[in-house]
Order: sequence, then structure tokens, then C-alpha cells
Amino acid sequence: MSKAQAFIDPALITGDEVIPGGAYWSRVIKRGTTLRIIAPSGSRGVSMLCYNADNLIERYNAADTAKIQFNAFLKKGMLLYSDMGRVLFSITEDTCGLHDTLGGCSNLATNAKYGEGDYKNSRDNFMLALTKRNMGKKDIMPNLNLFTRIKVEPNGNLVWAEKIAKPGDYIDLRAEMNVLVVLSNCPHPLDSSLNYDPQPIQAIAWNSPLPTADDLCRTANPEALRGFENTDDFFKV
Amino acid sequence: MTTVVPKDSVAIYDRVLPSRKPWAQVIKKGQTLRIVDLGGNQAVDFLVYNADDTSERYSAPDTIRAQGNIFITTGTKLYSNDGNVLMTVLSDTCGRHDTSGGACSCESNSVRFGLDKKWQHACVENFLYALKDYGMGKRDMTSNINFFMNVPVSQDGTLEIVDGISDPGSIVELRAEMNALVVISNCPQMNNPCNGYNPTPIQLIVYDA
Repeated sequence: MSKAQAFIDPALITGDEVIPGGAYWSRVIKRGTTLRIIAPSGSRGVSMLCYNADNLIERYNAADTAKIQFNAFLKKGMLLYSDMGRVLFSITEDTCGLHDTLGGCSNLATNAKYGEGDYKNSRDNFMLALTKRNMGKKDIMPNLNLFTRIKVEPNGNLVWAEKIAKPGDYIDLRAEMNVLVVLSNCPHPLDSSLNYDPQPIQAIAWNSPLPTADDLCRTANPEALRGFENTDDFFKV
Repeated sequence: MTTVVPKDSVAIYDRVLPSRKPWAQVIKKGQTLRIVDLGGNQAVDFLVYNADDTSERYSAPDTIRAQGNIFITTGTKLYSNDGNVLMTVLSDTCGRHDTSGGACSCESNSVRFGLDKKWQHACVENFLYALKDYGMGKRDMTSNINFFMNVPVSQDGTLEIVDGISDPGSIVELRAEMNALVVISNCPQMNNPCNGYNPTPIQLIVYDA
């Protein structure tokens, strides 16, 4: 990772917030701005949902995102697709490459491993965040998991890969539509650790540069070109 | 591998669903649904809901986490978003089924195969058409199962819909563990091998408890 890429001109920042471990957060990230999610102390997982803020029935689609890009794990240069064939976010920077679309989110049952106590889980966090926006259970789709790696063995077994974000790792998500993001800062449901200790993360939004003609994400493959054609078309009318 | 529904069981419902068509039916608790891939390598896109409260629905992530494996096969319990078992796979003569690849849609087809492909028929069209009769709609869509569809996933996450492994006459049988609304799209996809480039009819049989 280069220091130049990491730098954000403070004059361009539109939001900067620290999200404590176990907490949820939601915000609309406008088209043309970028959301940087940083794990200053490392992370054992952040679960994320997103929607077209102008038409909330259009949602992040984990299956489409994986099959359009022929991979269920996301990294720099890849896209988050909606269920309407459009691009919600481009991953314009990513220092860890540990993100999955398969594992789902923690809930009361997966948190049972921590024993007695008030351990926040992502399913309940999503419910609370969405309910405050007059959304709810039916709007919770299979989510994206940031900062953790699972692996799929040849026989299909799904296992925790013991690879997690190190202190300072971050991901940049450039909004290609006006995107409602919901984050839940709770460990991945497959996390092997029995010690519930989610660390704070930082969310910075800023007016990022316009994509150039040779933009990595926009030109990644023929599917991306078509996805952006659909996306740009949404803003022409 | 044999099927588990006894030979003398009485089918209370038995029909052939033509290629490319939608279908929905409530399977009552204890009843068993048999799906037959009559022609082989025919993807059957499948969603299931608690028929008494359809906000409770199939959850692909909860299902694969519960069994620690991404494939659906004999013994798989189909978990809901509320952590309950909707249906159990009693038998499976195909071997394994996908729940990572989702359903084809006009919109995703336009991205995957070409902008002109958005006019082709797709599973999401079938799902929405079938759901409307139950007062349901797009909010009720979620990641589905693709019976008889082959989507290997590699350790590095690589994932692709490849040639099928379902012989003609392959069967899956699912027992409803609660009153279950099952919604099916007999996949019309023509742009990849999920239907062997030739969508074919399937047979749907319901056996009483």
C-alpha cells in the first residue's frame, strides 16, 4: 500500500466517524464520493448491507456479485452489484483482500459460543438500523463480510481461514449510485475466537476524484463495462 | 442412493411443469415434495417461505453455515432467516445442488451476457409472477437454491456455473418441517450450461404425510 493512496485531503472529507466494536452505523454515500472503512486495530469482521438510496427495493445481491465476477471473495478492482444489474460500489483500494459474500452474518445462535452476556450480533444490528429507516426484516439480504477470510474446501466444506485484517488495513468503496450503507461491527459468524472483542473501525467519506477513462474498476472486464452502462443510464433520465 | 418415499405412498399432487415456467404451492408440514429432473441437467430455482408468516424465509448463509458445507444434498436442513428448519432434504440421487449462484434475472443477464439479453425470460420474472398470487413481491426475493445446477467453488473463491452432473430422472425429495410455501422457476437460461442449453420440463409430486 502506498502512502499517497492512503492520503485524503481533509478539505474533501464529508464525514468521519469511529464506530465502536459491536455497534451499527448507516449512512447514504452519494454517487461520486468514496467510503473508506479502516480497521485501526485490526478486525475479525464487519458485516455490511447496501441499497440504492433512491430506490430502496434495489439491493446488494451477493449471488449476482459473485457469479458476474466469477469469484465469491472480493478485492481491489471488483464491484458490488445490485439485483438490478447496476454497480453500487467499486472497490478502488483494498489493503487486505479478505472479504466474502458467502458466510452471512452473526445472530443470537452464532453468538452462543461466547456464553452469557450482552454480545451484539449483526442480524439484530441490521434490524435496528433498518427499522429506523422504515425498513425491516424483508430488507435483510445475504450480506457482505469485510476484513475476514473463509475458505471452501474441494468437497464444499466451509471453514474459517484464520486470516483477518491487520491494524491499519482499509477498503475504499467508491459509490457509483447514491448508496445506503449499513455496517455492523461484529465478528464474522464463523470466527473461531471465543473471545468477543470487536475493535473500533473508522468510516471516512470524501469527495473522491472522478474516475478516469482507464479506471481499474470501470474497465475490469466486459461485465463491468456493461454494469456501468446500466448504472450510468440510471442517472441519465 | 434410492428415494425414501415408499412405493405405495399416495401422491396428492402430480404434474409436469413445462420448461421455462413458474410454480408455487403450499407444502403442509409433514408432506414431501419430490422434484424430478426429467430430461437431466435442468436447473430448478427454488425459494421457500414459512407459509404462515412469509417474512420468515429461506436463508442460504444460515443453511450453509449450519452444515458447514456450501452444497445442498441428502440430510441438508433448509434454515430460515429466523433460525428454524423449513424443509429437510430426505433424498438426492443427483449428489449435490447449488445455493451460491442465485437466480438469473433480465438485469443480471444484461451484465453477464450482453445488454441485448435483457429481453430474455429469466428466473426472477418467474419468481415475481408466482409470488404475486400470495400478495408478495420483490421485497420477498432472497438468495435461492438451484437444484440440479453445478457450481463448484474453489478455495480462492473462484465460482462458475459449469456443465451439469444431473442425469435424466434425477430426484430430490424435501419434507416440509412447517407449512412451507415453495416457489419454483424452471430455469429458462440459454446463455450458459446450467440447462444444457436446452430447458426441459420437470415433474413435481407431493406425498401426504
